[in-house]
Amino acid sequence: MKLSQQDVEYVADLARLQVSETEKEQLSHHLSSILTYMEELNQVDTEGVSPMASVVSQANVLREDEVRESVTQEQAVGNAPAAKDGMFQVPKIISDR
Amino acid sequence: MTFETVIGLEVHAQLRTQSKMFCGCATEFGRAPNSQTCPVCLGLPGSLPVINKRAVEMAIRTGLALNCSIRSTNIFARKHYFYPDLPKGYQISQYEEPICEEGWIDLNVNGSSKRVRICRAHLEEDAGKNIHANEGGHSYVDLNRTGTPLLEIVTEPDMRSADEVVAYLKSLRDLLVYLDVCDGNMEEGNLRCEPNISLRPVGSETLGTKVELKNINSFKNVKDSVEYEVKRQTKVLTEGGTIHQETRLWNIELGQTAVMRSKEAAHDYRYFPDPDLLPLSINDEWIDELRGTLQELPQARQQRFITEHGLPEYDAGVLTSSRELADYFEACVKQFAEPKTVSNFMMGELLRELNQAGTPVESSPVSSERLVELLKLVHNGTISLKAAKEIFPEMYTGEKSAAQLVDEKGLQQVSDEGALEHMIQEVLKNNAAQVDQYRGGKETVLGFIVGQVMKASKGKANPQKVSELLKRALSS
Repeated sequence: MKLSQQDVEYVADLARLQVSETEKEQLSHHLSSILTYMEELNQVDTEGVSPMASVVSQANVLREDEVRESVTQEQAVGNAPAAKDGMFQVPKIISDR
Repeated sequence: MTFETVIGLEVHAQLRTQSKMFCGCATEFGRAPNSQTCPVCLGLPGSLPVINKRAVEMAIRTGLALNCSIRSTNIFARKHYFYPDLPKGYQISQYEEPICEEGWIDLNVNGSSKRVRICRAHLEEDAGKNIHANEGGHSYVDLNRTGTPLLEIVTEPDMRSADEVVAYLKSLRDLLVYLDVCDGNMEEGNLRCEPNISLRPVGSETLGTKVELKNINSFKNVKDSVEYEVKRQTKVLTEGGTIHQETRLWNIELGQTAVMRSKEAAHDYRYFPDPDLLPLSINDEWIDELRGTLQELPQARQQRFITEHGLPEYDAGVLTSSRELADYFEACVKQFAEPKTVSNFMMGELLRELNQAGTPVESSPVSSERLVELLKLVHNGTISLKAAKEIFPEMYTGEKSAAQLVDEKGLQQVSDEGALEHMIQEVLKNNAAQVDQYRGGKETVLGFIVGQVMKASKGKANPQKVSELLKRALSS
């Protein structure tokens, strides 16, 4: 399966990745070969096999609805490049109105 | 050309759990920013989500109450998009296999019944909150809400008017509050709704292009925004224009909808099963156990209030609009078996005081015991209904009992026959002309004479007793 440069741009945009022209070229080549490799799986007969969401056969790992102490406000924002009054500071999000 | 309005609704209900959907952080509203977070809901690398059992149970109970089938095998999927209030870069949701499917809710809209089909209800996690500062070119993010469990309830496009949308939403809200799974407060944002609206020529089976509305935070906004949008689309189509599929925001100040500016016009969420979560399997035993915990639902309770307590449909509807109100009513009736008297006083006096103060009935300063004490005084003739209404506000603001207030204000009705007889004879003597008219067959004059006796008693005579004694005196 051949992936076009536009496909690479679209995927990169969705993932918010900036890629140079050279990288686009390289990536379209790499992604194409990965997809071609994966296409081999299409040869497997999956008639009557239900889709599997997990390779672990276990199910129902649940927790009780109990509050647990965790990090402090200082710790929560501690790793952020910028914070103010206990909140994460980010570039202004364009107003919807 | 005339058009038919077609509306479907997406509702997000915050589930009333103590802790979040996938971590043990508290879900309390109004805490200091980012004080209820942990590595899981902050989206830190290496953290792993674990499903909250109670959230699953709340979803199942809601599904059962909505007549849905409950899916036995559930998986959670990642929905990818970028926004500062979503630290992981994806929201954990359910995609192809929602926990609840294919249910319905029956409504009563303007006297006729209407069924709205529920397409699905699925579990997901809420995002955080963005705060936009006016200056400085920054926005701020509080992640306390991130990871709060949500149940997204989606209807089929079954509604045909703003009134039906409001009726559906109210009915759903009542149900969620009854089930104790959601606070149901649109203003606080724990119940949010997004109508999808389209028009089509009457008689057409094909759906028109739909517009999604956002930013609706009260029942009034629901009605106003839907009505506005229907008018707008009708105008566009009548003038030969086309409707674009888009999201529009309701502007409360302007009373208009406007296109939401969105960079990500074409959504491509790249859903895939979340490998961090194991499938959730729900067997019949668990479902039956939860079915057993379902309380009487609002519609059933309204019906029972009509048949068991003999209330008119209107009263039953008002009193069952919240579980607390219905509980209060039944607590009163248990102590004092006069349902209609209780209902009248609750709907008139009690609800007025509560609504004015914005107090929920469960925090009413007048308990059911105190209210019943007051109503019994009316019932046994000690005071008039008018006097009861007069002292009620003081019972509401103070600690005094009905009997104390009646004593202090001297509101006891005079029911003593001797005292009343005396007043009556006096009145009859002073109103000989009217007495003659009455005896001459003009019975309507009795009201006037009763009024004179009441006046003579300074309003304290028991009017029923007065009219009884008067009739006897006049016929002798």
